[in-house]
Amino acid sequence: MKTPMKFEMLQTMLIVRAFENRVKKLYMEGVIRGTVHLSTGMEGVSVGACMALRPDDYITSTHRGHGHCIAKGVALKPMLAEVLGRATGLCGGRGGTMHLFDVPRGVMGTIGVVGGGIPVATGIGVGIQQLGQSRVVLCFMGDGATNQGAFHEALNLGSTWKLPVLYLIENNLVGDTTPLKEVVNIEDLADRAGAYGIPGVVVDGNDVLAVHRAVEEAASRARGGEGPTLLECKTYRWEGHHLGDPCVYRTREEVDEWRRRCPIKRFAQALIDDQSLTSEALGALEKEAEARLDEAEEYALGSPEPSPDTVLEYV
Amino acid sequence: MPSEARNLRRIRCLNMSSEGNVTMKTVTYLEAMREAMDEELARDETVFLLGEDIGPQGGVFGSTRGLLEKYGPRRVRQTPISECAIIGAACGASLVGTRPVAEIMYFDFVAIGMDQIFSQVGKLRYMSNGQMTLPLVIRTQCGGGRGKGPQHSSSTEAWFVHSPGIKVAMPSTPGDVKGLLKTAIRDDAPVLFIENSFLYNTKGEVSEEECLIPFGQADVKREGTDVTIVATSAMVQLALVAAESLKELDISAEVIDPRTLVPLDMDTILRSVAKTNRAVIVHEAFTRCGVGAEIAARLMEEAYDDLDAPVARVGGLEVPMPFAQSLEEQVMPSVTKIVKQARAVCYR
Repeated sequence: MKTPMKFEMLQTMLIVRAFENRVKKLYMEGVIRGTVHLSTGMEGVSVGACMALRPDDYITSTHRGHGHCIAKGVALKPMLAEVLGRATGLCGGRGGTMHLFDVPRGVMGTIGVVGGGIPVATGIGVGIQQLGQSRVVLCFMGDGATNQGAFHEALNLGSTWKLPVLYLIENNLVGDTTPLKEVVNIEDLADRAGAYGIPGVVVDGNDVLAVHRAVEEAASRARGGEGPTLLECKTYRWEGHHLGDPCVYRTREEVDEWRRRCPIKRFAQALIDDQSLTSEALGALEKEAEARLDEAEEYALGSPEPSPDTVLEYV
Repeated sequence: MPSEARNLRRIRCLNMSSEGNVTMKTVTYLEAMREAMDEELARDETVFLLGEDIGPQGGVFGSTRGLLEKYGPRRVRQTPISECAIIGAACGASLVGTRPVAEIMYFDFVAIGMDQIFSQVGKLRYMSNGQMTLPLVIRTQCGGGRGKGPQHSSSTEAWFVHSPGIKVAMPSTPGDVKGLLKTAIRDDAPVLFIENSFLYNTKGEVSEEECLIPFGQADVKREGTDVTIVATSAMVQLALVAAESLKELDISAEVIDPRTLVPLDMDTILRSVAKTNRAVIVHEAFTRCGVGAEIAARLMEEAYDDLDAPVARVGGLEVPMPFAQSLEEQVMPSVTKIVKQARAVCYR
């Protein structure tokens, strides 16, 4: 991979991190309604995966989807405005943090129902195949979604019809507040691929380059008409399931251990070590990310709420 | 079919096709459905079918017979027994430029794919602020009277009428099923298209020429002056028989088939009730919270001064459909039950 591309990846990871931190701040200030699910610590997966796709490829995402959207190219201003429920938001304030759509960028929705996006993504794969296109669809899901019936039905159909779908599990070890190991009887969720006769690949989700390689390979396979791949990216969410989660299911030590494995620090350090990045340049990138979030925040806060008389549109 | 209604249908088709005389032919409900799918598959290459057993067998009821041979396995896609995946596949494929027509064998099985219909199909357009369109049709068939027991006889159309973002059609005749299915396939909104296998072998007229029936347009199946009977799906047949019996009692019944429940053509019902001042609503679904409850409430809100009697409802009893014939007949609406309610609202 060429250095400019690596820089772009690092920059995108920093922006995702800055976005999540900014959402946390605004939530704590009471500016954001409802609930939010942050992907802090999981930037290696969102950025590695989406940047291995082409602009006209599709993704479907989850309730924890900010990182996926940003990495797929969604503009920060309308995205933050949507999280704040503003008229200038991606979906005019109808969706909010859990339901983000940006069709021109191939973001076919962060789907709020766990597992609900897997059949939809499979259907997008059917549509691509039907139209004879060379696109792929990447279906993000959490580890918890793999225990839904929808997972089985969709992967069985996707593999049987050799659809151009990449099923990507972000395994952050906990579903809501229940540790994964309490609800499954296997070590690697990628093993489930065997049930569908498709490749199952375990990836270090905190290694952005490893994720990128694995997705590139799966996408190339899918474009070649060979069907889906099941990718399991092992990672960790630093925040709770949602902001305000007391996190009774884990210890401080466990969180600290995963913080030490920060995917951004790790990637930045590798770039510094091979002398393609300096600490000063990293600092500048971090500052730039913050500045872009300042602009987005100003835009979102300055935007009006949607007009009540539009409530019946698009039903 | 009463001649007035037949003439009306001819006029509608003439209005829509705009040229010459429309000749009619007699086909079964099942053949009419197959013709609709065949014509739309031929007309638009983005249309495709998916569902269980729809390939070589042509569907368990025969509604897709011959279509695999004609259009090939890419456009007539036989699926595993996976209702959630079938509906999800139709949903996703509709988002990217195709027009899927999914078949769910029995209405009861739609429940397996409920999240896909309720939270995905019905909400994606709204949540995305209109960025997405979902031109898909989910075909299924409802109803009892066939001895298929509690898990193959349901009529749960009210679930979907009560959900956002989905149109609901429930045709009762060959002409309606063909015209409405073609409209459904061309519609950019998702449609739940509820057939009735009890009607599959009934015969009726369809136009030889293209005839599209718009959604939200009820059909007066029989004109009358004393009582309005609003009936859906197979109940339309019963209502027409009941109307004949009522005639012997010197009660002139008007029978209205809404044909689509979302959108619902209240205007035709209101016009009728303004004339008859009495209404009976008949559907096979539970009376409790059935579509009849909505229509009755609307009549109270919008036609209170027209009504000379409380609106009556004839619906299924609130139990799973039992198997034994004596029990099933007890649960289902019948001509006798309809006549009884019509007489009651006429105080006769």
